[in-house]
Amino acid sequence: MSVVDRQEWDVVVVGAGGAGLRAAIEARERGARTAVICKSLFGKAHTVMAEGGIAAAMGNVNEHDNWQVHFRDTLRGGKFLNQWRMAELHAKEAPDRVWELETWGALFDRTKDGKISQRNFGGHEYPRLAHVGDRTGLELIRTLQQKIVSLQQEDHRETGDYESRLKVFQECTVTRILKDGERVSGVFAYERETGRFFVLQAPSVVIATGGIGKSFKVTSNSWEYTGDGHALALLAGAPLLNMEFVQFHPTGMIWPPSVKGILVTESVRGDGGVLRNSEGKRFMFDYVPDVFKEKYAETEDEADRWYDDPDHNRRPPELLPRDEVARAINSEVKEGRGSPHGGVFLDVSTRMPAEVVRRRLPSMYHQFKELADVDITAEPMEVGPTCHYVMGGIAVDSDTAAARGVPGLFAAGEVAGGMHGSNRLGGNSLSDLLVFGRRAGWHAAEYAQGLTQDRPPVGDAQVDAAAAEALRPFSAEAEDVAGPPENPYTLHQELQQTMNDLVGIIRREGEMEQALKKLAELRVRARRAGVEGHRQFNPGWHLALDLRNMLLVSECVARAALERTESRGGHTREDHPSMDRAWRRLNLLCRLSDPTGSLAATDPVRGQISLAPETTDPIRPDLLALFEKEELVKYLTEEELYE
Amino acid sequence: MSSYEARFKVWRGDAQGGGLEDFTVEVNDGEVVLDIIHRLQATQAPDLAVRWNCKAGKCGSCSAEINGRPRLMCMTRMSVFTREETITVTPLRTFPVMRDLVTDVGFNYTKAREVPAFVPPAGLGPGEYRMMQEDVDRSQEFRKCIECFLCQDVCHVVRDHEENKKAYAGPRFLMRIAELDMHPLDAAAETGLDRKRTAQDDHGLGYCNITKCCTEVCPEGIKITDNALIPLKERTVDRKYDPLVWLGSKIRRRSSPA
Ligand SMILES: Cc1cc2nc3c(=O)[nH]c(=O)nc-3n(C[C@H](O)[C@H](O)[C@H](O)COP(=O)(O)OP(=O)(O)OC[C@H]3O[C@@H](n4cnc5c(N)ncnc54)[C@H](O)[C@@H]3O)c2cc1C
Ligand code: SF4
Ligand code: SF4
Ligand code: FES
Repeated sequence: MSVVDRQEWDVVVVGAGGAGLRAAIEARERGARTAVICKSLFGKAHTVMAEGGIAAAMGNVNEHDNWQVHFRDTLRGGKFLNQWRMAELHAKEAPDRVWELETWGALFDRTKDGKISQRNFGGHEYPRLAHVGDRTGLELIRTLQQKIVSLQQEDHRETGDYESRLKVFQECTVTRILKDGERVSGVFAYERETGRFFVLQAPSVVIATGGIGKSFKVTSNSWEYTGDGHALALLAGAPLLNMEFVQFHPTGMIWPPSVKGILVTESVRGDGGVLRNSEGKRFMFDYVPDVFKEKYAETEDEADRWYDDPDHNRRPPELLPRDEVARAINSEVKEGRGSPHGGVFLDVSTRMPAEVVRRRLPSMYHQFKELADVDITAEPMEVGPTCHYVMGGIAVDSDTAAARGVPGLFAAGEVAGGMHGSNRLGGNSLSDLLVFGRRAGWHAAEYAQGLTQDRPPVGDAQVDAAAAEALRPFSAEAEDVAGPPENPYTLHQELQQTMNDLVGIIRREGEMEQALKKLAELRVRARRAGVEGHRQFNPGWHLALDLRNMLLVSECVARAALERTESRGGHTREDHPSMDRAWRRLNLLCRLSDPTGSLAATDPVRGQISLAPETTDPIRPDLLALFEKEELVKYLTEEELYE
Repeated sequence: MSSYEARFKVWRGDAQGGGLEDFTVEVNDGEVVLDIIHRLQATQAPDLAVRWNCKAGKCGSCSAEINGRPRLMCMTRMSVFTREETITVTPLRTFPVMRDLVTDVGFNYTKAREVPAFVPPAGLGPGEYRMMQEDVDRSQEFRKCIECFLCQDVCHVVRDHEENKKAYAGPRFLMRIAELDMHPLDAAAETGLDRKRTAQDDHGLGYCNITKCCTEVCPEGIKITDNALIPLKERTVDRKYDPLVWLGSKIRRRSSPA
């Protein structure tokens, strides 16, 4: 069957979002021939949707800002579970990564003295987010895209071929990482347009596929977020980390139903918007947890003064980290103080002149006007939590972005775990993409260059197996005795409902057990997911293939969430409502139960995933010294403090 | 909440040919055309090909022609049509069909590559760029572009004239040239690259006869014709007839607060 087309590259980057493009630029600039593969058109990856900004301690608006403060905020936001070395590198390198974008043509909003402007965001002590109105992700993607084009123009001048050293395979989906023994040897992919299979051989593969939100019903994420990279890594033998931590953004649209989940950017609150319940009360003052008491205002007056005089007032509680705000909204609604459509009110109309709203928040103005007939300059928005981001991901080495245990495999961006601990701060993703995208590209290039003589080959058997797996949905009826083929769309809807209802923002033991049972059932049924038509641009087929990934990743989330008997960041257990210091040092690693990576043999009850707890490295003393002792005792156990 | 059954005609087929197919499909409050296309996929036509991504008007993937007008499917509310109306959805006409509503937009990527990239100014390192907000406003307006290619689709220069495609970049990429030309720190001129002239000589600016159709369909509300194309034309004319006018404007811009 091996008539599959093959090409050789040095580095293959799976994903063309911020992380993937930054990795590709770096690898190519370091001399590696680099291929990028992405599911949608070039320039349309999920990163394009990011609104609020990129966090980087440039100190342009408040000169007191520096990497140490950013590091502290990041650890507080993640409730100290972060892989601290990543948080350190991130805080130190983010400013350089942002400045570099300007040399590639990016145009950020400016301060009065002509520098890059920075705005306030939840959990960040100083105004820190570089932004372009509320379309920062678009600027990021476009800048990286145009930088790639400029490198291709350079190559064209030298070689006569735009794609001789850097090529983008758009609208192609990777379904397997290929290996030779332990080592990575390439990827197996199909072209969405034609359904044609192909193999890219390469000693280094960077996974930069983003998140998993499409396993949940209410989400701000796009169709691409089916957890492909997470699943590809698992199947290739690399572990995932912290999968129980899923961020529910507090403010998604809730009405009308067809737009439920679409994001309402945090900048709305950063720029002065407030949350009110049905009684008109700014309820967030009632939800400031102990660990944050000293940092947040106690009265509306103080909170309002903060916007103009942040040095002498404490910040409004609307700007608490996202997990806190999302839980607060959830409680208000549950206690009967919600808005007509089951959310709360987010108001800018009484806080600033219509003109200012339209200038500062143009796409929010547009979005509500077009999709909900709401004029946000005249009336409040209705908002509620929406599944937004996964903190968990591929376990990587902090410095090199190398995945554990699989030489040649690297990961960066949302798909990588560790950086954000149990909860990500707004703005810290875009900076994460650039910092670790660059590092992944750099180390992937270096690793590939070290292997010029000894490249891992791609065996025919693996390619045949991958092709057979991908073709399975076309012959689903014929093969199975268990009943008629299943509709992949129906399976997907059931999966989304299950995750939303049973492993959502507030979790309970019984419900998660029920979720695991339901996932097992769906897994069995998904093996019979059948499709009509042919391989040419067939969305039903694509979805049938994505189901494998969503089911794997959902099981990771459910199993890890059931195991972690505490509440921390993006993981809230009603039956274990407080944070437990003993759990801080524990990471849960998810691995495939059957390490051969063949899913057929897995037991429907036991499932496909095994968990292993792992104790993390102690935080380096000079980094710990950045915090006051009184703060540390809230997070660290006695013995850790003595060490 | 009120539902109703709407009548749709959706173009189905591929490069070999195809035609409009009739559907009757449920519509609920607040839905957009893309929701209806998705419902067709889930219930009646699982292999109906359509491009989309963000479903929030941010990525520019879901472009199609709805009742003949180029639009984003995810930003077209069903409430703009009457319940009796039959809604016709067809692929972008200017680009070759791949399948159903999906077209080959490769033309645009080819054109993007032909526009010379931003030239960073010599002697300014990362972190040293200083630009005033009022000097970046205009280029920022053009950078709002989500590359939906609706303007490229509607522009009559290429819409029914395949033969013009080779010589003509289209409004989106002429605007890209204007954007770089108005960038306060672009150093193309210092390297001998005259962006205005290339717009005319290499990218077909002369074909545009400022009908403004592109501006009308732009979902980002960018004033493509007034703010990008006309100034580019005027300045090309200026430059051709009076190099001093051009030089003067360039010098003035450079000496604004640095
Ligand atoms: C609405 C919204 C607003 C946000 N705002 C902000 C913000 O203001 N600040 C901030 O810091 N963060 C923000 N975030 C989060 C941030 O945008 C994302 O975390 C980030 O963009 C992820 O980037 P990435 O490079 O990891 O992946 P993505 O940009 O998602 O790219 C993933 C890429 O992988 C490709 N891919 C996936 N699977 C496969 C496969 N199987 N084969 C081939 N290719 C594949 C996709 O096609 C895509 O090109 C926001 C998120 C959302 C949803
Ligand atoms: S104004 Fe010019 S570019 Fe725009 S549609 Fe008309 S001819 Fe085409
Ligand atoms: S200029 Fe407007 S219409 Fe043209 S591609 Fe950009 S966003 Fe679309
Ligand atoms: S799906 Fe992104 S613009 Fe419509």
